[in-house]
Amino acid sequence: MSDRVLRFVLPAVALALGVLAWDLVVRVNALPAYILPGPGLVVSTLVADWAILWNSLIATLETTLAGLALALIGGVGLAVAFNQSRLIEHSFYPYAVILQVTPVVAIAPLLLIYLPQQAAVLACAWIVAFFPVLANTTLGLNSIDHNLADLFRMYGASRWQVLWELKLPSALPNMLAGLKIAGGLSLIGAVVAEIAAGSAGAGSGLAYRIAESGYRLNIPRMFAALLLLSVAGVVIFFLLSAFSHLVLRRWHESAVSREG
Amino acid sequence: MAISSAPIVSLRGVGKVFGSGVVALDHLDLDVRDGEFLSLLGPSGCGKSTALRIIAGLSEPTRGSVTWAGAREGRARDIGFVFQEPTLMPWATVSANVYLPLKLTGMGRDEASPRVLKTLSRVGLREFADAYPRQLSGGMRMRVSIARALVTAPRVLLMDEPFAALDEITRFKLNDDLMALWRELRMTVVFVTHSVFESVYLSQRVVVMSARPGRVFAELTVDAAARDAGFRTSAEYAGHCRVASDALGRAMQASPGVAA
Repeated sequence: MSDRVLRFVLPAVALALGVLAWDLVVRVNALPAYILPGPGLVVSTLVADWAILWNSLIATLETTLAGLALALIGGVGLAVAFNQSRLIEHSFYPYAVILQVTPVVAIAPLLLIYLPQQAAVLACAWIVAFFPVLANTTLGLNSIDHNLADLFRMYGASRWQVLWELKLPSALPNMLAGLKIAGGLSLIGAVVAEIAAGSAGAGSGLAYRIAESGYRLNIPRMFAALLLLSVAGVVIFFLLSAFSHLVLRRWHESAVSREG
Repeated sequence: MAISSAPIVSLRGVGKVFGSGVVALDHLDLDVRDGEFLSLLGPSGCGKSTALRIIAGLSEPTRGSVTWAGAREGRARDIGFVFQEPTLMPWATVSANVYLPLKLTGMGRDEASPRVLKTLSRVGLREFADAYPRQLSGGMRMRVSIARALVTAPRVLLMDEPFAALDEITRFKLNDDLMALWRELRMTVVFVTHSVFESVYLSQRVVVMSARPGRVFAELTVDAAARDAGFRTSAEYAGHCRVASDALGRAMQASPGVAA
């Protein structure tokens, strides 16, 4: 069997075996649904509760995408600002790192006190998502071909021309790599904030549904919501990968398939 | 072809000490005559590349002066520079790469387009205008690099071991094409190389440099009517090569710490 087929068949077989084992454990031990629901029940809950779950999914995705968009703008913006001014870089880079290394779970409750809930959730998504964009874009902006930079200097290029024509295109592959990481992180940030807001808030996101279902011992719905979150994360990752491939396909080694 | 005696650029007592304390050039006196093909030949570390970068204005001499004839001083359009690597922007097409110097000096795309295509025709790459650098062979990439240097119609073309990384067959072809371009465009060429054969084949004048300290060690004139396949196999060529090799050998003996 070809490598390509195996790459799809093997995970599918592993999944099928896992689900089968899960189902067997539930049946053999006659586990009640509030301890561990079987896969069939999870799927039927997903279908039965689709209206609620779908609305929640949309709410979480809106937060995630808004957080990602802000992370892209903020991350690239900060990276460019750091690249253009040593003063700005030295003044603010340490705080970007501090923001990144402080666990967002610990920041979320504070943000929820000072900000409206929707803004707080968005802020959490942004905080975890912007750093990979910032760090990768910074790396890219600093990895320019020095001879090309000399050439720009020789032809009297302005600062703006160097940034726009040389640095940003050079940084594009790194920027997109950062964005790919940020997609998943933005979802995590949104979920963490929703969970933190859970008991207090009038939230409607998927993570809120998970927390709510937990209090009500509606375990099948917890699983159904979790399933949707995973699928959402995977879809985001593939969309961003496809976007990156589309942008780089003409020239970057990562996106070009070797011939022969 | 007669060499006019007027220097287009003169280096007097030029020294260059890098921040690390390495003395790249000690006391270099060099006249580049208008319209000549001049080679700087020397062992690695003799400062020939540094001298070229100083002429290009990419590096400031620590001591001494660089004087341009007439009002040419500091005019970017009057210099073309070709690096050892093709140094192309991988994200831009061949024509966009060649357009770069014109773009940086403020020429619009419509105005530049005919010049870009004409220059690409000169190096035999007219039909590759829309290709990306990665789709081209090493020799073709170097042709793009040469086209980029020529597109501003510079008076002086500076080349830093441009063909060193290419195979011999490609190098011979590019040598011949460079000769044809030089005859057609009547520009001044300063060609840095560590190949005796290449320098003798191409140049009217070969300046042999010694290392540590980097300075002019010997100078020889190659007076040949035609530079073609016949010249490459002639006794005259072999004779010039012997003289240049001998000078280079003595220059290396005079350069402590430089391995062959």
